[in-house]
Amino acid sequence: MMLENEALAFGETEGDFSAVDKARVVEALGKVLPPGTLMYDAEDLRPYECDGLAAYRALPLVVALPTTEEQVVAVLRICHELGVPVVARGAGTGLSGGALPHTRGVLLSLARFNRILKLDPLARTAVAQPGVRNLAISEAAAPYGLYYAPDPSSQIACSIGGNVSENAGGVHCLKYGLTVHNLLRVRGVTIEGEIVEIGSGALDSPGYDLLALVTGSEGMLVVLTEVTVKLVPKPQLAQCVLAAFDDVVRAGEAVAKIIAAGIIPAGLEMMDQPATAAVEEFVRAGYPLDAKAILLCESDGTPEEVAEEIARVRAVLEESGATEIRVSRDEAERLRFWAGRKAAFPAAGRISPDYYCMDGTIPRKRLGEMLTAIQDMEGKYGLRCMNVFHAGDGNLHPLILFDANQPDELERAEEFGAEILELSVALGGTITGEHGVGLEKINQMCAQFTTAEVRQFFRVKAAFDPPGLLNPGKAIPTLNRCAEYGRMRVSKGHVPYPDIPRF
Amino acid sequence: MTTIEKEWAERVRAAAAARTPLCLRGGGSKGFYGGPLAGEPFELCANRGVVAHEPTELVVTVRGGTPLAELEELLAEKGQYLAFEPPHFGPGATVGGCVASGLSGPRRANAGALRDFMLGIKLLDGRGEVLRFGGQVMKNVAGYDLSRLVAGSLGTLGILLEVSLKVLPRPVAEATLRFELDEASALRRVNELGGQPLPVSATLWQDGVLHLRLSGAEAAVQAAGARLGGEALAPAAAQALWTAVREQTLPGFAVEEGGVLWRLSLPSTAPALGLPGRQLVEWGGAQRWLAGAVEAQAVRARATELGGHAVAFRGGDRAAGVFQPLAAPLAVVHRRLKQAFDPAGIFNPGRLYPEF
Ligand SMILES: Cc1cc2nc3c(=O)[nH]c(=O)nc-3n(C[C@H](O)[C@H](O)[C@H](O)COP(=O)(O)OP(=O)(O)OC[C@H]3O[C@@H](n4cnc5c(N)ncnc54)[C@H](O)[C@@H]3O)c2cc1C
Ligand SMILES: Cc1cc2nc3c(=O)[nH]c(=O)nc-3n(C[C@H](O)[C@H](O)[C@H](O)COP(=O)(O)OP(=O)(O)OC[C@H]3O[C@@H](n4cnc5c(N)ncnc54)[C@H](O)[C@@H]3O)c2cc1C
Repeated sequence: MMLENEALAFGETEGDFSAVDKARVVEALGKVLPPGTLMYDAEDLRPYECDGLAAYRALPLVVALPTTEEQVVAVLRICHELGVPVVARGAGTGLSGGALPHTRGVLLSLARFNRILKLDPLARTAVAQPGVRNLAISEAAAPYGLYYAPDPSSQIACSIGGNVSENAGGVHCLKYGLTVHNLLRVRGVTIEGEIVEIGSGALDSPGYDLLALVTGSEGMLVVLTEVTVKLVPKPQLAQCVLAAFDDVVRAGEAVAKIIAAGIIPAGLEMMDQPATAAVEEFVRAGYPLDAKAILLCESDGTPEEVAEEIARVRAVLEESGATEIRVSRDEAERLRFWAGRKAAFPAAGRISPDYYCMDGTIPRKRLGEMLTAIQDMEGKYGLRCMNVFHAGDGNLHPLILFDANQPDELERAEEFGAEILELSVALGGTITGEHGVGLEKINQMCAQFTTAEVRQFFRVKAAFDPPGLLNPGKAIPTLNRCAEYGRMRVSKGHVPYPDIPRF
Repeated sequence: MTTIEKEWAERVRAAAAARTPLCLRGGGSKGFYGGPLAGEPFELCANRGVVAHEPTELVVTVRGGTPLAELEELLAEKGQYLAFEPPHFGPGATVGGCVASGLSGPRRANAGALRDFMLGIKLLDGRGEVLRFGGQVMKNVAGYDLSRLVAGSLGTLGILLEVSLKVLPRPVAEATLRFELDEASALRRVNELGGQPLPVSATLWQDGVLHLRLSGAEAAVQAAGARLGGEALAPAAAQALWTAVREQTLPGFAVEEGGVLWRLSLPSTAPALGLPGRQLVEWGGAQRWLAGAVEAQAVRARATELGGHAVAFRGGDRAAGVFQPLAAPLAVVHRRLKQAFDPAGIFNPGRLYPEF
């Protein structure tokens, strides 16, 4: 029972790493890392102070940029021995502060692990180092008519290791799945410096499904050093339907009707009027600007299949009251339809000094309710919000626009976001569909899970990382934090976290 | 908590306190699979029924003891199905047992495995606590993915009170083609086809014959059929074939007295096994069944050499271990996970690995 008590100890309160001694860490790491791969001067650390969520910043003690797995093992062994926190970092495009440095820890960048080690067109697999960019895998596979299906909008920049750690999705995951569905194997190193191989070139492995467990684990369980993904054949043809609606709720209903008709489109996305207006100015996708909402619905497959599906989609859209329906006539037009959607985040960045991206997922049928509630919140918090959704799977990305230089706008944006997330849970959904909890949504985790569930998460972490050194303080809230936050899930009159002291 | 849940939580707490092993039993259809059964029988069928089915959400939530056949019927009425085509292996199979055993049928290589369709669970753990992980939505990365972890854990981590599964619309059209091909040519063929945008939904090679099933839109199935050639099976014969593959009633799966049916899970491009015994090859080459009296050592060594693993699926000395032994660091993680969910070690001891 030793193990259990230890696990509980680090699940109750935040770890205390104040005793970590920078000089000792630098000295020990300097012995195992070649020159130029260890940085500890403030100016060298600055580029690593935040990920894609720039509102949160911190400088690590040191940044390590290992180039080999042996060096990763050595770094982790030292951190284990000295009790130093370790935060793994891929490309730093994460939107939840997952790769935010620990002020008393080592930031372990996998950026130099940037080679595709093997591509087997017959088996349709690719073995990549974790720092390889998502798009680079599809580019390498293209000559064989294959590609890697999950396509986050950040795919030119984000790393496959980061994708695995966040279980990233993309606009095509409705039909082709998330990272977890397209992954065969990972290799990684535990905090104790043990190399683990999880999964293989086969479709399953003996024992518990650790591959699923590691996927989306936000750098909390192991540091990945290799990833094997599945490649799938490029569809012969893809075509995209753009439909305009004069009412957002009606657009939301059309989404449910497409699914109800037994159609699983390759992509099904929605944007509201503020979002189309913002991107139109930026990329000129040709979106109808008078529409209150637009849907993008993609069909792919053989030419016969696509024709059949587009006809069915068109019928549903007409019946759902679409005011305009366009079908892409060629590849250039299809890409133009998507260009707007994929530029939504940068467009938000152009029209507002700052924006805050939410990631709740709700049952599709509650889309209308959520949109109406968000409109009310815009008034309540005095901030604008533009909405882009992976509508097909109910994953919302409201982009709250604010200016951090204005007094209390950041606070209002955060409260606005928190209210959206809590409503997502109340509507039967979740606080994060694909961006992860990181540090950003850690308080809202308390609203989604009970004490017993949070404890179970900490026990699972301890199964891989008994001392709790990998990315401490992220993804799973300590019970003290939940008690402080005071907004946890209350089920049927039970007082939440009764056994935790309040302050 | 429902009355059953309260009662079961009490019973689990009492068993944990007394360290009484419990043998979790759904429909009793898969008792042959995994390590030997041990412990006090714990009947799970009473906790049954559909909690929610929203066809437009593509999600169904059912209690663990719900008969699998009942769920499939409900889905069929709405034109939906479980795309991983789970085997039943008996009339009483339950959804809880289906998820706990983690088995997927002929469509696995193309549509995904059971674990790929897991969205959420409500679990009674070894402390008698009711825990919910995941949910009813398609995308959810809040907290570790414990619902997938429990899929295939053979009841060793807790009692599945409820599971939420993603369901899909049933394909409109289906066709099965037959080709005469030797093993090596068939392996190459299915892998080549896997790299082409074709609606293949299952493959089976046995005794010099390759069967390919196509599923999808009418037009797509027709176009692919015309392109691939082969001899088309009559719909009833095709249906019977794939059911017999899924339920292992095809003669090729039969094992003689004392024999073992091995399941080898391998990279799809792995060459022919070269082991004595009868063989069936599924999943585009990634799942190979071997029936015969082959040394366990030899089968496991060959599976490892080919980059996969072997399971003694039916028959043989179950006490010696059914699943391929784990590498040392992973075995440690497994033991710790088991402890995390079931500290007293009461759920299905020895069913997954002899050590826990
Ligand atoms: C413009 C924009 C658009 C985006 N669009 C999408 C989208 O459509 N879908 C989507 O899902 N996400 C999207 N994202 C979010 C982000 O790109 C993804 O979460 C991505 O997977 C992060 O990858 P990364 O390499 O940048 O990881 P990082 O941000 O560096 O790290 C993310 C997490 O993974 C951990 N990690 C990274 N590498 C490793 C490793 N080798 N071993 C262990 N842990 C590791 C880190 O510790 C951290 O917790 C978007 C982001 C931006 C900025
Ligand atoms: C002394 C003894 C004698 C037995 N004799 C026989 C016999 O003669 N013939 C026979 O057919 N069976 C027999 N059994 C039944 C045996 O318990 C079951 O076959 C076995 O437990 C698997 O259950 P299952 O096949 O119904 O579950 P399935 O529904 O087939 O499930 C397979 C696996 O899932 C687990 N499981 C099922 N439901 C859940 C759930 N809700 N939550 C978590 N895990 C679950 C099971 O424990 C099993 O590991 C005997 C059991 C005992 C203890």
